Amino acid sequence: MKKMWWKILAVIVISGTIIGGLLGPVPVLPILNETIRNVYFHVPMWFTMVFLYLLSVIYSIKYLNSGQRKHDLMAVETVNVGVLFCVCGLLSGMLWANFTWGEPWPNDPQLNSAAIATLMYLAYLVLRNALEEEQKRAKISAVYNIFAFPIMIVLLYILPKMTDSLHPGSGGNSTFGDLDMDNNMRPVFYSAAIGWILIGTWIASLRYRLRMLEDRQQDQ
Amino acid sequence: MKLLSQVKTLIYKDILLEWRSKHAINGILLYVVSTVFVCYQSFKSVDTLVWNTLYWIILLFAAVNAISRCFIQETGSRQLYYYNLIDPRAIILAKIIYNSLLMLILSGTAFLIYALIFQNQAANTGAYLLAIFLGSMSFATVFTMVAGISAKAGNNSTIMAILSFPVVIPLLIVLIQLSQQAVAGEALTESRGDVGVLLAINIVTIAISLLLFPYLWRD
Repeated sequence: MKKMWWKILAVIVISGTIIGGLLGPVPVLPILNETIRNVYFHVPMWFTMVFLYLLSVIYSIKYLNSGQRKHDLMAVETVNVGVLFCVCGLLSGMLWANFTWGEPWPNDPQLNSAAIATLMYLAYLVLRNALEEEQKRAKISAVYNIFAFPIMIVLLYILPKMTDSLHPGSGGNSTFGDLDMDNNMRPVFYSAAIGWILIGTWIASLRYRLRMLEDRQQDQ
Repeated sequence: MKLLSQVKTLIYKDILLEWRSKHAINGILLYVVSTVFVCYQSFKSVDTLVWNTLYWIILLFAAVNAISRCFIQETGSRQLYYYNLIDPRAIILAKIIYNSLLMLILSGTAFLIYALIFQNQAANTGAYLLAIFLGSMSFATVFTMVAGISAKAGNNSTIMAILSFPVVIPLLIVLIQLSQQAVAGEALTESRGDVGVLLAINIVTIAISLLLFPYLWRD
């Protein structure tokens, strides 16, 4: 029960933000209108994805230092769940873009960067499949994971800021925080971010424990 | 100091091996020249945007082909021999420097032929050459480490392509932006930010390669 508290917290927070996000007051803005509620769901997906990829890099570093299989399993499962959240982020973003920018895939640097970052992690998963030997697979994919991470950070956070983008916070656009989000939205948004990060970690830890159990079964 | 002398010896060894056989460098130079001709035959004439982008795409594929071979010789018993003698960091550093030299020759030749056939459309040729210099270095640093990884995965060329393309796209975006400014004839001071980003990515890539290669190398 002691270790359960954050899972209960995650469920409560997410249920709260779904209700509060869909029913709560939002500012009336041109173009955005009611779609601004998507900010509670679209943005936390990306936060969760980056958080999971960061966890994955940390476990890859741990693996290179320790050589323990459990660290490798944690690294790959966080990437798997990260890709899932990335897909959710892309889908919710496309839905939003369809209403506000007129098409699901406008030629926007942030969008393209997100797609390329996804390619990077899909390549990581393909690389893992290409290697037969278990230890070699773990080590080489850990090296690639660490190598790709800083470049992904450049891709997602530095390059889009340098060019004109439809997204807030780049190319002279104001950030969401400055202008559009009022004080009614802030608490819901922040708790949604925390809640989704917890949910992501939960899914990853479940998958990791499943893999560990499968491992133990094979050993017997 | 010991590291530096090892790096120097390794680079000398690579250049010597290349010079003796010559078929690899000649092959890749011919590859670039024939690609330029294929493009010329299919495009005939191009506007400045296509001119710039096409050059970088030709260079990208040439770089993948040139650099993916760089760890082919270093297998099995020879690796064991190195393992007893030298620091793994010396190996990756030597490879990066050697590949940068190779890429400089390659991109320089490609630019000469390209500018001759398609006409030089860069208004500020000096800035364009700087972009080519930075591009060669960036391709070399990124592809060398990825070639090391894919060599461990059995030297599969598909693996090399899927691992390196997403990693190199950010560099390519900045490079095309930088060289487009050179084509438009803007002064170099206008694109300080791009040059800074490129240098920063290069430094980070080299640092990570130095940290990670020892783990990759040990079997």
